[in-house]
Amino acid sequence: MISESLVDLSRLQFAITAFYHFLFVPLTLGLSFILAIMESAYVLSGKQVYKDMTKFWGKLFGINFALGVTTGLTMEFQFGTNWAYYSHYVGDIFGAPLAIEGLMAFFLESTMIGLFFFGWDRLSKVQHLVVTWLVAIGSNMSALWILIANGWMQNPVGAEFNFDTMRMEMMSFTEVIFNPVAQVKFVHTVSAGYVTGAMFVLAISAYYMLKKRDLPFARRSFAIASSFGLASILSVIILGDESGYEIGDVQKVKLAAIEAEWETHEAPAAFTLFGIPDQENMETDYAIKIPYALGLIATRSVTEEVTGLKDLMAEHEVRIRNGMVAYDLLTQIKAGDRSDETMADFKSRVDDLGYGLLLKKYVENPAEATEADIRKAVDNSIPAVAPMFFTFRIMVGLGFLMLILIGLSFYYSAKGTAENQRWLLYALLFSLPAPWIACEMGWFVAEFGRQPWSIGEILPTHLSASTRSVTDILLSLAGFIAFYTILLIVEMYLMIRFARLGPSSLHTGRYHWEQSTHTPTTASAQA
Amino acid sequence: MDYELLKIIWWVLIGVLLIGFAVTDGFDMGVGALLRVIGKTDTERRVMMNTIGPHWDGNQVWFITAGGAIFAAWPVVYAVAFSGFYWALLLVLFAMFFRPVGFEYRSKIQDTRWRSAWDWCLTIGGAVPALVFGVAFGNLLLGVPFGLDEFMRSTYTGSFWALLNPFGLLCGLVSLLMLAMHGGTYLQMRTAGDLHERARRISLLLAVVVAVLFAAGGVWVSMMDGYVIQTSADLAGVVTPLDKTVVLKEAGWLDNYGNYPWMLIAPVLGFAGLILTILTSMANKGSLAFISSSLAVTGIILTAGFSLFPFLMPSSSTPDHSLTMWDVTSSQMTLNIMFWVAMVFVPIVLSYTIWGYYKMWGRLTTDFIEENQYSTY
Repeated sequence: MISESLVDLSRLQFAITAFYHFLFVPLTLGLSFILAIMESAYVLSGKQVYKDMTKFWGKLFGINFALGVTTGLTMEFQFGTNWAYYSHYVGDIFGAPLAIEGLMAFFLESTMIGLFFFGWDRLSKVQHLVVTWLVAIGSNMSALWILIANGWMQNPVGAEFNFDTMRMEMMSFTEVIFNPVAQVKFVHTVSAGYVTGAMFVLAISAYYMLKKRDLPFARRSFAIASSFGLASILSVIILGDESGYEIGDVQKVKLAAIEAEWETHEAPAAFTLFGIPDQENMETDYAIKIPYALGLIATRSVTEEVTGLKDLMAEHEVRIRNGMVAYDLLTQIKAGDRSDETMADFKSRVDDLGYGLLLKKYVENPAEATEADIRKAVDNSIPAVAPMFFTFRIMVGLGFLMLILIGLSFYYSAKGTAENQRWLLYALLFSLPAPWIACEMGWFVAEFGRQPWSIGEILPTHLSASTRSVTDILLSLAGFIAFYTILLIVEMYLMIRFARLGPSSLHTGRYHWEQSTHTPTTASAQA
Repeated sequence: MDYELLKIIWWVLIGVLLIGFAVTDGFDMGVGALLRVIGKTDTERRVMMNTIGPHWDGNQVWFITAGGAIFAAWPVVYAVAFSGFYWALLLVLFAMFFRPVGFEYRSKIQDTRWRSAWDWCLTIGGAVPALVFGVAFGNLLLGVPFGLDEFMRSTYTGSFWALLNPFGLLCGLVSLLMLAMHGGTYLQMRTAGDLHERARRISLLLAVVVAVLFAAGGVWVSMMDGYVIQTSADLAGVVTPLDKTVVLKEAGWLDNYGNYPWMLIAPVLGFAGLILTILTSMANKGSLAFISSSLAVTGIILTAGFSLFPFLMPSSSTPDHSLTMWDVTSSQMTLNIMFWVAMVFVPIVLSYTIWGYYKMWGRLTTDFIEENQYSTY
């Protein structure tokens, strides 16, 4: 049997490498569009400052992009190295979007990025503009295919179990692509990336405004970022609400865990604004509730119920017991019994096979599970509620904070007085980490909330791990942490250095540190 | 489309992706491996980096796409090989981490120690993956110790150190020097002056060495046991790696060349490519030398693939569980969908890749780098 510490360490390794990777992805998604908008302004207006903006923000984009590529490599290969059984069990469906991502999106983005950086003198104005747009489109398409893959883990549609090959197989590719969970996740995630790009440009432009440096450059960057940001933050919030509706429909457990909704209440359900979830006693202490809100978000009605965790666990128990029978039938089929009766019985229960597999964590043969094993499996058929409850609220809270900041930035930028709002500029600068924290919290909610499944209701996380030793994973985990942390420090160092230097780093002679009134610092001479 | 035909097509397609990777990203790795060998000054090293500057990232996607295609088309191989070769693969990954950051960060700061540290990183990023890929291929020919249970869970019983056996290391050396040679011919084509001259001489030298080692590998393979399928369920149908019996046979890896003599084209292409690399380098024809080394790389990889066919990953501990291209594939539907996706997108990818090279073509000089020191790598 697979040891629990092996699974936990493998999960930790995946979580840490994914969190690192997603420090770089959202900025790529957002900043690439901002670059494309800036360069469009250059091509349309012919003003040099827009070209300088594209090049300067492009420099920062490049520093970030390098680590996105680096950490992205790990993500693709980790399914094979650490989740081998997962890869076998669902590769027939899950592998396809990953391969398509490479062919359709990643090739495009990666080929065009080289031309973006080095093609300024080799391509015509319009050709270069097209290249920049293709970088943005490529990176966003890449997100689309990844989220189709991820959406399928949350809501595995269009696939069936095949007992000959012992895996899930694709039945409908269109169902996989048009998986509603994947679609809402995609728009929510890329919009969050756009907000990250906007906050990045706003915060650094705010810094130049506070220092009263390169004002025309900073003002224009600020204006583009605040309008792009406002559209994006509105869509994040609206589409986030849409995904609340979607998971209310297909991932009832996740929704109930986010809301710490232990009991099924009469419709329409109240939204718990704050409280302290208590998993053991299955209740939420000190709850502050907003009447009707949850029912409206999750069901778009005032009459439908939102099922509570206790009722969901009761449903799970039924399915686990049914899954035990399904597992037993599968063993018989594997042993050669292909009688019509066995096959028909298996077919009627195969949807609960995954629930039977949950027992594999406690007993070698799920068909022989004891009542105590079943109890444990039922208790662990929902994720830990408190982490879900809090991370979700941090994400939403930061979302609204950014809505206010970006809204004000847009307002003052339109009025032309943004550079005088020093408190706003400081607030922007200090809120720079906010979009990253919100993004990571969002992923935590999405993936931690999927537990105990790696593929919702089909394959338990526990079963998915590779057969490796705990020492292997400990060593590789240490290696990843050490390696990534060093690279992150180097990246931050360069990012801060070039952000402080500003457009002077382009060495055009037009910006602050190159003006005769300032002696060039060693930094600007070197960069 | 017919399942049997699809299985064959996917063997070809993954071969195309791997060769595409070796031919494109291969010269990037070769340039990395040669960075400190033939780049004497900071500017020369920057010239070398900038010849591949606009392209290395796109080239690397061949690797990523090959990985994705193996996941989609041969999930069992993806699962068994990557978890089995755990440390070898992590070594490749960790070495490859150095490349994006090395290219992007190295010239951003004008400090000798900073740049020299990144030069080493880029050397590792080029040389280590090249070496490990060869070692892995060598070990496939030897067979690796793994088995599957009835639920298709795989367990690998070998260690990383066991991969570093003499034959594996020979193959690693062939792979490393072959890609270094390929990087050398690329630099012949894209640089001028002293650097060009050094690139010319080193690709000439490496082509000779690779020819000798490749021949030695061939002799070695003729003296080792190969694997052959003895009995099997219908290969064209739905089969798993558990549905066959496999035996070891003396010089079994040469059987294919007897059964299908046309397969001899692979080793012939390998040697012809190497000889042409030598001749064109002597004649100082950079572009032709690059085409020749591309043929050599293609021939050498095809030789490994043809020798193994239909095996992909033979098991030395339970030969019956060996993975072959007949019994590791995805379902017919997935293979079919992915085939059409590849048919549509591979030509599109190739056309914009070629456009990119066309736009950035020309020899890079040290003068150019000095004039553009803030906008180049």
